[in-house]
Amino acid sequence: MNIIERSVSNATTWFNERAPGFLPFYKKHMTEYYAPKNFNVWYYFGVLAGIVLVNQIVTGIFLTMNFKPSAAEAFASVEYIMRDVEGGWLIRYMHSTGASLFFVVVYLHMFRAMLYGSYQKPRELVWVLGMLIFLTLMAEAFLGYVLPWGQMSYWGAQVIINLFGAVPVIGPELTEWIRGDYLVSDATLNRFFALHVIALPLVILLLVVLHLGALHEVGSNNPEGIDIKKVKDENGKPLDGIPFHPYYTVHDLFGIGFFLTIAAFILFFAPTFGGLFLEYDNFIPADPMVTPAHIKPVWYFTPYYAMLRAVPDKLLGVMTMGGAVLILFGLPWFDRCKVKSIRYRPMLHKVLITMFAVAFVVLAYLGMQAGSTTQTWIARILTVFYFGFFLTMPIWSAMGKTKEVPARVPDHE
Amino acid sequence: MANHEVNTGRRRFLTATTAVVGAIGAGFAAVPFVTSFKPSARAKTAGAPVTVNISKIDNEPGMRIIQQWRGKPVWVFKRTPEQLGVLASLNGRLRDPNSDNPDQTPDFARNEARTIKGKENIAVIVGICTHLGCSPSFVPEMVPQPFDSEWQGGFYCPCHQSRFDLAGRVFQGVPAPSNLEIPPYHFADGNTIIIGVAPEGAA
Repeated sequence: MNIIERSVSNATTWFNERAPGFLPFYKKHMTEYYAPKNFNVWYYFGVLAGIVLVNQIVTGIFLTMNFKPSAAEAFASVEYIMRDVEGGWLIRYMHSTGASLFFVVVYLHMFRAMLYGSYQKPRELVWVLGMLIFLTLMAEAFLGYVLPWGQMSYWGAQVIINLFGAVPVIGPELTEWIRGDYLVSDATLNRFFALHVIALPLVILLLVVLHLGALHEVGSNNPEGIDIKKVKDENGKPLDGIPFHPYYTVHDLFGIGFFLTIAAFILFFAPTFGGLFLEYDNFIPADPMVTPAHIKPVWYFTPYYAMLRAVPDKLLGVMTMGGAVLILFGLPWFDRCKVKSIRYRPMLHKVLITMFAVAFVVLAYLGMQAGSTTQTWIARILTVFYFGFFLTMPIWSAMGKTKEVPARVPDHE
Repeated sequence: MANHEVNTGRRRFLTATTAVVGAIGAGFAAVPFVTSFKPSARAKTAGAPVTVNISKIDNEPGMRIIQQWRGKPVWVFKRTPEQLGVLASLNGRLRDPNSDNPDQTPDFARNEARTIKGKENIAVIVGICTHLGCSPSFVPEMVPQPFDSEWQGGFYCPCHQSRFDLAGRVFQGVPAPSNLEIPPYHFADGNTIIIGVAPEGAA
């Protein structure tokens, strides 16, 4: 052993004697966390969500250094970041594009769970914690969208806060309490800033730790929906599992590189993404006296927004919108199919899950449109289908003939 | 301490009482954090009454004063006898034609024109949609519109297609649940309106 090796070894020993729990922790979650060997492309989105979260935190910290959370200065300070701060435009676009990509990867991550039944027993807790992250993320995204104080920021905040006004009895007082004023104002912007940069990010980080912790207790699912822990070698290691580190860390690096290439393309060539990621009306300073002609939320909220508009009653509309998100929590208990993965499910299930995905995308499209009579009726039909899909799931998921799930991960040629 | 036997009942009682006292303390400690979210004294002061001079508006469609009161747009405009005349004919298509819901209509304005008696031609309405708080567009022309072929003049909300007549009464079949709000107001003299204070003797 030369002097360098000896010093490293001594330092490692010194550290492990003083923090004896660290190495077992590292092993449990990295080098001895056995993940199924058959992950496909759908399994990139979890790690990509983690990458985007880091991007949001780092770019967010740098944005706060120049952003002014006051109604008088916010809009100008964002333009200042865009024009006068060297590299500021890039940091801001990384943050705004990151927000949209966050929802892209999270929606795909959630759909992956639906395809392969990853929410089924024993992973219900993983799903519920993931849903809590999704819920917090929606709040975080909404709060962040208000900060640039453009017309869409302002009127979006007005509309979303007034959703709480639909609460019986305490509604008006509740909205006043959230705004801190009789209207969306400086007080509202200032508190939204506080919640956006510190309160909710802390909640999200905690939930992410719990989500991963819960996952590592039960182990990852896979596209076959096979429980790899059932077949182990003489050392108790799953035969169809491989250590997360180094195999999946290296594997994920490839996916991250691919994803960042696409992200960079959007960043440099289409940062507003045709008005989807940054809406045109938000480049006009907030004006409490004039509502823009066509108010619509950012694309990731439009499916729920379409459902809100489809109901011709305020309280019921708000309940429909909230219910559409909350009903997802129940997925592990609605699904009564005895196999997890769509690969072993009957045709009926495949058709319904495909229809659900199509309905969700069409609702997202409808939520961006002005809302003609025809569009409203399509939205109504799809809203009924959306809820029907979940509420009748206990019935249809138990129907049909499932295929036999093998004990080992099969070779697909 | 000769007796080493554990009195579990007493322990449970002490644990429970400590928890209850602690919870009450935490509840009181939460008070300043919760109240700090309420409108501040400065925000409340900014909610004081405002004065509008209406001498400059006449019956031209589209002529309207938008006055900020408590940060909300308040519309002040004149209505022609013709416009007032059609209000009654719309009753069948409205959700609350008689303004029975007191949340939006103060007692002094519980009439067809939704104004102070004797000043029916001057409308004073808070320009905030009762659905989700957008500011509806003023469409006073009595001609068919893409959103309503029998349009008799009124307000159209671009956010979610809610429609109101020229007295701010909501139509049926739109998302907005109630009529537009009438603020407390009164006439200081023939041409001056004070928004924020109801007429004397009225609630």
